[in-house]
Amino acid sequence: MNTPAPHAATGTWHKLRWPLVALAALLLFNLALSPSFFQLHVRDGRLYGSIVDVFNRASPVMLLALGMTLVIATGGVDLSVGAVMAIAGAVAAGLVRSGQPLVVSVGVAVATGLAAGLWNGVLVGYVRVPPIVATLILMVSGRGVAQLLTGGQILTFENKPLEYLGNGAFLGLPFPITLVALVFLVMLALTQRTATGLFLEAAGDNESASHYAGVNIRGVRLLAYGSCGVCAALAGLIVAANIKAADANNAGLYLELDAILAVVVGGTALAGGRIFLGGSLVGALLIQTLATTIITRNIPPTFTLMVKAAVIIAVCLLQSPKLWKKRG
Amino acid sequence: MEAAGVEPRREPLPQSPPLLEARGVTKRFPGVQALAGVDFTVRRGEVHALMGENGAGKSTLIKVLTGVHPFEQGEIRLEGRRIAPRSPREAQALGISTVYQEVSLIPFLSIAENICLGRQPRRLGGINWAEIHRRAGRALARLGLKLDVRQTLADCSIAVQQLVAIARALDVAAPLLILDEPTSSLDEQEVEELFRVLRKLKGEGMGIVFVTHFLDQVYAISERITILRNGSLVGEFEAASLPRLELISRMLGKEFAELHFHPPPPTARKAESAPLLQVRQLGRKGAVEAIDLRVTGGEIVGLAGLLGSGRTETARLVFGLDAPNQGIMEVDGRPVVFRSPASAIALGFGFCPEDRKMSGIIPNLSVRENIVLALQANQGWLRFVSAAKQVELAERFIKALDIRTPHAEQPVRLLSGGNQQKVILARWLASHPRLLILDEPTRGIDVGAKAEIEKLMARLTSEGMAILFISSDLEEMVRNSHRIAVLRDRRKVAELEGEAISENAVMHAIAAAP
Repeated sequence: MNTPAPHAATGTWHKLRWPLVALAALLLFNLALSPSFFQLHVRDGRLYGSIVDVFNRASPVMLLALGMTLVIATGGVDLSVGAVMAIAGAVAAGLVRSGQPLVVSVGVAVATGLAAGLWNGVLVGYVRVPPIVATLILMVSGRGVAQLLTGGQILTFENKPLEYLGNGAFLGLPFPITLVALVFLVMLALTQRTATGLFLEAAGDNESASHYAGVNIRGVRLLAYGSCGVCAALAGLIVAANIKAADANNAGLYLELDAILAVVVGGTALAGGRIFLGGSLVGALLIQTLATTIITRNIPPTFTLMVKAAVIIAVCLLQSPKLWKKRG
Repeated sequence: MEAAGVEPRREPLPQSPPLLEARGVTKRFPGVQALAGVDFTVRRGEVHALMGENGAGKSTLIKVLTGVHPFEQGEIRLEGRRIAPRSPREAQALGISTVYQEVSLIPFLSIAENICLGRQPRRLGGINWAEIHRRAGRALARLGLKLDVRQTLADCSIAVQQLVAIARALDVAAPLLILDEPTSSLDEQEVEELFRVLRKLKGEGMGIVFVTHFLDQVYAISERITILRNGSLVGEFEAASLPRLELISRMLGKEFAELHFHPPPPTARKAESAPLLQVRQLGRKGAVEAIDLRVTGGEIVGLAGLLGSGRTETARLVFGLDAPNQGIMEVDGRPVVFRSPASAIALGFGFCPEDRKMSGIIPNLSVRENIVLALQANQGWLRFVSAAKQVELAERFIKALDIRTPHAEQPVRLLSGGNQQKVILARWLASHPRLLILDEPTRGIDVGAKAEIEKLMARLTSEGMAILFISSDLEEMVRNSHRIAVLRDRRKVAELEGEAISENAVMHAIAAAP
């Protein structure tokens, strides 16, 4: 991952092949049924179209998936991201309602996400609680914290700057898409221009050997879970800004599962050891395209979850080297 | 399963018919002949020690006897009846009980529950607790133990847990008891307690197979010794007429005659400077006791001893993998305390561990990433070893150590064992260590790679590096070391230097009675 090695490109392509094929197939299916699917038009200096819509709607899961990729690379998992989204939304909504400026509201919300992530990191890295259990604690209690913050109500707000995070446009693109691109680039730099990527992958692939080689395993955990918490907070801000309200009960509900799915569909093994940020983005897009397709094709929504499961199983099977070994 | 078998058997001891008789037992694993026609006989009323170094076939033989692995050829008779257990459960039902090295009980249940687990007496469809407690008490009484059987197992010492495991094994009234390194986590008193129980069971006519690395214990308790080497039977001996030296030489596969023509010891290098590493009375309970050790730049210091003698444990203390609970360590004359390998590495230490798969390679990372890992870890998160530098380092070491890989981006798991070992060596060499600890660096690699690694060791020390060298191969140890610390049963028993170094001397040091 550190160097553009001669075969690295083919390796990336090999892993991304099936998620991309599935995504392309879904898009072509949509195109066949409604030729307007790929149409883009500019209104008020802003890009509109079904594709833009898919990206926009996928952005919270894309953000979660980026953070989740780091955690899964270390061999862990973070179930608390949905709850952290709710907390971040509640914090920001509460602060803007009390008249705090945007910088403070967003800053505190993101810091809360970081703190939540570090808490997970401490539990996993220092207390050595298994990741599923450690993050399950915050998954359950975090939603309670969010409910406490909102007093059990849906906290609505009228605040243009905060709404911009969910509905605004930057350089013609919806702001959430811009944010995803930004976070993606930062993470790419972090994992490829510093030693972070090597340490995360080494720790995830063989913790014992990495410890012997002098890698700071605890630091690795703090960094992965901390980043994941920040990503979750950003996703929570977008969702809250979208609906102009903090809904402690429903914000980010079950999104942790979509995020994990996106990472796995994107070709990162749950066992850890490899960071594959691009794949996670493709995975998130695939999941969102699927959801959009089901809705716009008037397939009864009762089928949504089953169709989703079927497509994901298919992609995961196609990616399995064993499947191809047997046949080849 | 009932109490019938608990009553003592009173056959005459020495010439009693064999309790367990294995003939020509053969077992292959892919690429390895684990057991090649091994005979093994246990009589009633004896403790029979099963001895051998790594890869000798002890564990495989026990796993065959206890039904973990099926065997391919040969036959096993228990009390004259042919048996072929297909699972540990079946072996137990046939009358073979086993206590494994790691206590395999359930810590949160009570002593009584652990003893009766899986065979709880019932009454009216429920569990008969009164009977459980009575039976557990009886099983413990047989070992001469009086314990509160309602106590949670986790609250007991390891020794008591070990004894409970034996009581559990005895509850089924099996005539044969297999103890796989039961003493490795016990202290002296606890071992004595265990032996008292074993003598009692022996007196009742039970046959006991005892696997251990501790020579003193073998002689303290066993009547007979069976030695395996490389999957083959070396022989069965009466403990009383097998001198220690002969036992060791047979385990290591060195003929007596051959011993006297050992290769000349290497000329000891003059220690030019102050010691790089000085260890005084360093020890850790259950691992190694009060070791003194000195390593100077430019010399190879060997840690010799049988498996389990404390060699690796000493290396782990020195490298900061385990915390010592006694003694001090000085680097360049200054006292140091290592909290983790990272702090040892910061002072210029490196460690190639014995278990390459578990603690050496990062299997899915590339050769390049594996090589730069220690250097990068020592430099920290932000002082990134640039991509160009990484490629250059990888290419340099692939060439210098002749690592056979199609390219530097190959996942290291796809390399052969010898090449993986070279990658780990390269990882440390890239971080410019002053002291390199090599634990069995040549195990499981081919002869050519072995010779290359030995050459490399000589070159590195001639450049001033210090090497702490651990090997089970005595010849290799003697050939390469300037000084040898000999360990036995977790203690340092001798230090040999220069002319005094020979295979013979090392074996005598290991064999010398305490």
